[in-house]
Amino acid sequence: MTQPEQQAWDVVVVGAGGAGLRAAIEARERGARTAVICKSLFGKAHTVMAEGGIAASMGNVNEGDNWQVHFRDTMRGGKFLNDWRMAELHAREAPDRVWELETWGALFDRTADGRISQRNFGGHEYPRLAHVGDRTGLELIRTLQQKIVALQQEDFREHGDHEARLKVFQECTVTRVLMDGEGDAEGAGGEAGEAGGGRVSGVFGYERESGRFFVLRAPAVVLATGGIGKSFKVTSNSWEYTGDGHALALLAGARLTNMEFVQFHPTGMVWPPSVKGILVTESVRGDGGVLRNSEGKRFMFDYVPDVFKEKYARTETEGDRWYEDPDHNRRPPELLPRDEVARAINAEVKAGRGSPHGGVFLDVSTRIPAETIRRRLPSMYHQFKELADVDITAEPMEVGPTCHYVMGGVWVEPDTAQARGVSGLYAAGEVAGGMHGSNRLGGNSLSDLLVFGRRAGLHAAEYALGAAASAPPAVRETAVDAAVAEALRPFGAAEGGAGEGPGAENPYTLHQELQQTMNDLVGIIRRGGEMAEALERLDGLRARARRVGVEGHRQFNPGWHLALDLRNMLLVGECVARAALEREESRGGHTREDHPGMDRAWRRINLLCSLAAEKDGPAAAASASATASTSASAASPGRIELTRSTAPPVRSDLLALFEKDELGKYLSDEELSL
Amino acid sequence: MTHTVHFRVWRGDAEGGGLADFDVEVNEGEVVLDAIHRLQATQAPDLAVRWNCKAGKCGSCSAEINGRPRLLCMTRMSVLDLTAPVTITPLRAFPVLRDLVTDVSFNYAKAREVPAFVPPPGLAPGEYRMRQEDVNRSQEFRKCIECFLCQDVCHVVRDHEENKAAFSGPRFLMRVAELDMHPLDAAAETGLDRKSTAQEEHGLGYCNITKCCTEVCPENIKITDNALIPMKERVADRRYDPLVWLGSKIRRRGA
Repeated sequence: MTQPEQQAWDVVVVGAGGAGLRAAIEARERGARTAVICKSLFGKAHTVMAEGGIAASMGNVNEGDNWQVHFRDTMRGGKFLNDWRMAELHAREAPDRVWELETWGALFDRTADGRISQRNFGGHEYPRLAHVGDRTGLELIRTLQQKIVALQQEDFREHGDHEARLKVFQECTVTRVLMDGEGDAEGAGGEAGEAGGGRVSGVFGYERESGRFFVLRAPAVVLATGGIGKSFKVTSNSWEYTGDGHALALLAGARLTNMEFVQFHPTGMVWPPSVKGILVTESVRGDGGVLRNSEGKRFMFDYVPDVFKEKYARTETEGDRWYEDPDHNRRPPELLPRDEVARAINAEVKAGRGSPHGGVFLDVSTRIPAETIRRRLPSMYHQFKELADVDITAEPMEVGPTCHYVMGGVWVEPDTAQARGVSGLYAAGEVAGGMHGSNRLGGNSLSDLLVFGRRAGLHAAEYALGAAASAPPAVRETAVDAAVAEALRPFGAAEGGAGEGPGAENPYTLHQELQQTMNDLVGIIRRGGEMAEALERLDGLRARARRVGVEGHRQFNPGWHLALDLRNMLLVGECVARAALEREESRGGHTREDHPGMDRAWRRINLLCSLAAEKDGPAAAASASATASTSASAASPGRIELTRSTAPPVRSDLLALFEKDELGKYLSDEELSL
Repeated sequence: MTHTVHFRVWRGDAEGGGLADFDVEVNEGEVVLDAIHRLQATQAPDLAVRWNCKAGKCGSCSAEINGRPRLLCMTRMSVLDLTAPVTITPLRAFPVLRDLVTDVSFNYAKAREVPAFVPPPGLAPGEYRMRQEDVNRSQEFRKCIECFLCQDVCHVVRDHEENKAAFSGPRFLMRVAELDMHPLDAAAETGLDRKSTAQEEHGLGYCNITKCCTEVCPENIKITDNALIPMKERVADRRYDPLVWLGSKIRRRGA
C-alpha cells in the first residue's frame, strides 16, 4: 500500500467556521505553524447562516448590562446544567472578542453615538446582540477569513510564502485523529469510564477533489467541526453537520457530554419540500407575528406553563398592546422560550389542527403593514417569495420545528478547551459540550465560537511548542494503514470490505433511513419505548453500513464522501439516543413524554458517552449494561457506553448572583445548604 | 405534483467531457439543486457538485443553468421553461475539476493581493466610533457571499484567460472599494493608496461597465453603480486633479 504524503505542523485545526478560524488565528499569533482543514471552500462554513447576532455584555444600548447579568441569563437558559466555569469565561470575555473583530475590519450596525448596536433576544435581560442586519454570521466568517489572509500577507512579506506559517487545506475531510502509542481508537476506549490517556500525533484525511490521502503530523489538534443536524431529517443545518468532530473525539478516546440535549427551533419552513427546515427568524414573532392553527385560533394561549403564567398575556388584546407598551402589558405567549413554542406547535399538528403541509401558520400579513414587513424583515420576505411563492405581506407562512443545534459535545477542561484525558486534543464551538447546559440562548453561539476558539488555539499552541516539543509524538504506520483501509472499504478495495456487488448498500438510502429514525424516534418529544426502538434500528443500520458500496473513483465522489460520513452520523445518533433514554426527566432540549417534570436530582448529573470495545463485528459489541453505572434499560448492544459524572458545585460568588428562591427551583436542598 | 424533467448535465473532467441526458422526477416547489440531489441519489451517485447551506447564504453551488450563471439552490424549477431540456454546466470562466465542480483558486489568489484592513493607530479595541450612514456603503459590499458568479460572467475574463493576470474581477475590485470607503481604514497613513492600486494592480480600467456582474448577483449588490463606478471616479479625481498631482510629485521628491 502506498503511504500517503505526510507533512509536519505544530497545530492542526479541523473545521473553518467561527471557532476553527479563531483558533487558527490565535495559534499562529502565538508562534505555532498552523494548518486548518475544512470540508468546504474557505469561507463557506455553516457559521454564515447565523442571523441574529453575537451576545456580549458591552452595555452599548443599556448600561446596566455586565458579564454577571449575561452569566445569569446563560445559566437560566441552560436550566443550570451548564458547566458554570465555561459560562463564566464566556460572559467575561465575549466583549473583548467582539471588539477585536472591529480591529480586523468588521462593520457592525451602529448606535446613534457610533458604537456597536445591540439588539434584544430571547432570554437576554438587556439588548445584547451585536449584529449586522440579519447576516451576522457572514460578517463573522468574512472578518476571520480576511484576518487569516492578512496574516498570510505578513508571512509572504517575511518568508516569501503565504502559507509558511498558516495554511488552509480546503475541501479536505479528516477521518481519523492519529494517536501516539496504543492510545487510540478501537479497543482502547474499552476501559470503562477512564477512556483515553493517549497523546495526539496528527490527523489522517483525504482531499475531496482528488481523493488523495494525506497525513498531517502534529502534537496538537483542535476540533471545531460544528454540529450533528444532518442526522435528522428536518434541520436548519448544512450538509457539513455530520458530527465529524464528535465521532473523531470518541474514536480518539475522548468522551462526549450532554448529548441528549438537542435544540429544535420552533419555526422552520415546512414547504416546499426543498426548503423544509430552513430557519424562520425569531424576529418575525418579536415584531408582531402570531401563530395560528387550522381553525384560525392563536393556540399559544393554551400552552403557557404554570411557571410562566404571571409573565405572559392571558388575552389577545393584552398581548397586542405589549408591542406598543411593554411596561404596562405582558408579552404574548408566542414569545415563550424556544422549547415551549416548539412543543406547542408539535402538539397542534399531532392533534390534527396543522396547516396543509404539516406545520402551523405564522402570520404577519394581517398584523403589520406590507411596507413595514418589507423594511423590518427583508430576508424573510425574500426567502418566502423566492423559495415558496409566498408573499408574507399578503398571506401567512407555514412553519414547524426544525433541528437546529446540539448542546452536547466533547467533554473539555473549561479553561483550556482540552478534551479531558486526551493530551493534545482540543475542542471549541458547537462540537464542545457543557457551555450551554440543556438549552442554548440565541446569540450565545457566535460568542462561544470566539471565546473558546481563541482559548483552544492558545492552549494548543502552548502545548505544541512546550510540553510536546521535548518529546514529539509519533505517527504509527499501522494506524495510517488502518485509516487507509477504512476509507477504501466502500470501494471494496480494502481487505474485508464488501464494496460493490449484490448486497451492497446505497449510502444515500442509509442516510435517509437514519434521518427518518432520529426524526421520528429521538426527536422533539421523546418516549422510552421509541428510543429503545431507535437504538435497535441504529444497530441494524450500523450493520448495513459495513456493506455500503460506491461506484466510480475517488475524484470528487459525493457517494463515497457520504459513505464515510455515515460512520460519524451513526455514532453520534447512538450517543443522542442512548443518553436521551437514560435521562428520565425533561429539561431544556430534552423532553420526555414519559418523564415530563424537571428533576433537581438530575441537575448535577452529566451523561458521558465513550466508545465501547468492539468485539467481532458490530452486533457482538460489548453491551453497555456491563458497567454498574450504566442503565440496565439499554435496549441493544452498541458502540457507545454511558457513564455518569457529577458536576462540581457552582462557585459561591457565582451562586450569590441569584436569589435563593430561584436557586431552589434548580438546586437540591443539600446543595442549597452548602 | 410530480413530473419528469429532462436534464442535460455536463459530465467530465479536465481532460474533457460532454452533456449527459437524464430524466429526473421533480416535485412542486423544488429548486434545481433538489433535482441534482435526486439524480445523485438514484442515477449518478458520483456526480460531482458543490453545495453547502442550500439557503442562498454560502455561495457554494454556483453553476450555469441554460447558460446563465446562477445558484442551484435558489433557482426554482418553476422559473425554467420545462418544455425544453434543462442544461446544467459548470462555471465557464474557471477550469473544470469534475462535472459541475470548477477550480476557483483564481479568486483566492486575487483575494490575497488586496492589502488587508489597516487598523487606525491610537484607537484601542472598543474605542471605534462610526456613524451608520458612513458604514452603509461598505456594509452593502460585505453582503457578498463569494459565489463568484460575477467573476464568472464578467466578459473581461469569461473568454479571455490572458486577462486574468491583470484583472481581479468585480468581486475583488468591490473589496478594494469596500476598504477604501471604510471610515476608519488607515491604509493612506501607511502610504497605501487604495484608489491607485485598483487601477494599477487590479485592472479597474478593464471594466467597461456593462453591469453583467450586477445582473447575476444573488445578493442584489449594485456592484457596478455603487462600487466600480465610484472607484473609477475616485481614480479619475486623483489622476486629473492638478493639486493632487502636484502633491504627489512633491511628496515623492521629498522621500
